[in-house]
Amino acid sequence: MGEEHIAVRKVQEALPDAIQSIGTFRDETWIVVARDRLLDVCKFLKEDPELAFDFLSFVCGVDYYPSQPRFEVVYQLYSTKHHHRFRVKTKVPEDDPKVPSVVTIWPTADWHERETYDLFGIEFQGHPDLRRILLPADWVGHPLRKDYPLRGPERSS
Amino acid sequence: MEKLESETLMLNVGPHHPSTHGVLRVIVELDGERVVDLKPDLGFLHRGVEKLAEYKTYHQFIPVTDRLDYMAASYNNFAYCLAVEKLLGLEVPLRAQYIRVIIGELSRIFSHLFWLGTHAHDLGAMTPIFYALREREEIMNLFEMCCGGRLTQTYFRIGGVAADIPEGFVEKVKAFTNHFPQRVDEYEALLTENPIWMERAVGVGVLSKEDAIALGASGPMARGSGLALDVRKDNPYSSYDHFDFEVPVFEGGDVYSRYLVRMEEMRQSTKIIDQAIDNLPPGPYLAEAPRYVPPPKERTLGEIEALIHHFILYQEGLKPPVGEVYACVESPRGEMGYYIISDGSPRPYRLKIRPPAFVNLESLATMTRGRLLADLIAILSSVDIVLAEIDR
Repeated sequence: MGEEHIAVRKVQEALPDAIQSIGTFRDETWIVVARDRLLDVCKFLKEDPELAFDFLSFVCGVDYYPSQPRFEVVYQLYSTKHHHRFRVKTKVPEDDPKVPSVVTIWPTADWHERETYDLFGIEFQGHPDLRRILLPADWVGHPLRKDYPLRGPERSS
Repeated sequence: MEKLESETLMLNVGPHHPSTHGVLRVIVELDGERVVDLKPDLGFLHRGVEKLAEYKTYHQFIPVTDRLDYMAASYNNFAYCLAVEKLLGLEVPLRAQYIRVIIGELSRIFSHLFWLGTHAHDLGAMTPIFYALREREEIMNLFEMCCGGRLTQTYFRIGGVAADIPEGFVEKVKAFTNHFPQRVDEYEALLTENPIWMERAVGVGVLSKEDAIALGASGPMARGSGLALDVRKDNPYSSYDHFDFEVPVFEGGDVYSRYLVRMEEMRQSTKIIDQAIDNLPPGPYLAEAPRYVPPPKERTLGEIEALIHHFILYQEGLKPPVGEVYACVESPRGEMGYYIISDGSPRPYRLKIRPPAFVNLESLATMTRGRLLADLIAILSSVDIVLAEIDR
């Protein structure tokens, strides 16, 4: 399922070893790519004229605790030329929570990546200014992780 | 003797400052009156809404979405309900879709009016806010009549709306749309060709089309930079393709263009409301889907089946299929979307909000570098930020 989507087809042709899995649900299609191929795939998706995913809607993290690999980073794409949408994901292990930054491809990723770093503790390598964005700089912990309590002391250590 | 050198000055604007429209702090680096660089500092209103969502049932989360953007509360409901309905595969009755469009477009006018008043105020024009608030009050009365609430309406439900529109509502809306376009002309008479206004707005805070795409700008920010982006046209939802309206686009990319876009949008919204009111189809206002949508109260008093559904939906919550969806709408500020991951339980496994104002604010530094400090105020208010939505 999902192979018929134009973006999936083209990525499969151009970067055959990058896709780990394909998903579809309610007319939406996404691919999961290997972490070390993420930048290649993103660059391709943006630069291929038939895809032209030039607009990054958001970047966000997901925590699948306690399964492994624990985290997932999601990139929601849109094309201002073709008006289609697509989603790219990559898995991130707990013991090495690092992902290459896509700021050079989509500058808007700057704040989204800071937010994901802030709330999930995932580091974006190559990000120009990786700091917390919503929480105070001295906050301990990353609230959107599943093992972070909804309520509790202001600062759990 | 020490050598004299010029150095830049760091200045804090906010977090409590009348022109930040909430609690936003901007750290500005100044060379004389020129802005060399700036860094917005966010998070003063962070309430952990996305975390909270993981602990609430799908139904319980609706009122929380209102509180994200109190200037266009219904439009948040709109985006959230569409995302959940997409997750469920639920078809919303046509009448409900039209009612949603009416309320949604009223919210857009409502939001733009308050923006206009405060924006003009920031730029030194004291009068427009009094006129803008007068019309805004009329819309609040309409909201109150239909939804009960004036600011946070919580009128949308998963599968439709909370109740049918009340008797007399159509006439009241018609009365409003009849005179509103002339009011927009009046605001324009005050501002559009006013030389002081133009001096403060034309050519100030320019965002090129390329930068707008790269920085993810949407809504009036993008359309003021010559980028014809509008989710209502590009990926129509809730029957927006039934209505005839135009998407105003201006090429200037400056504070003035964003002003022109919003003024024209108010007229276009009036047009959409008129069409929706005139062609309002009969039928139910809420989908019939016992697994997801609670039955009407009257039925729970007489039918055992309806009573069981009522209990299950309110005690446990609806259980969507396993999956993930992203649904977005054109809110008054731009592309507002909800990305929901469901694991089949009655609570979202993960809920991510795509807040348009958060992304639009990212362009602030690009627009302000090299301009005067006074321009920062004009540029910031032209972005139309709502801090509750930015900080979530």
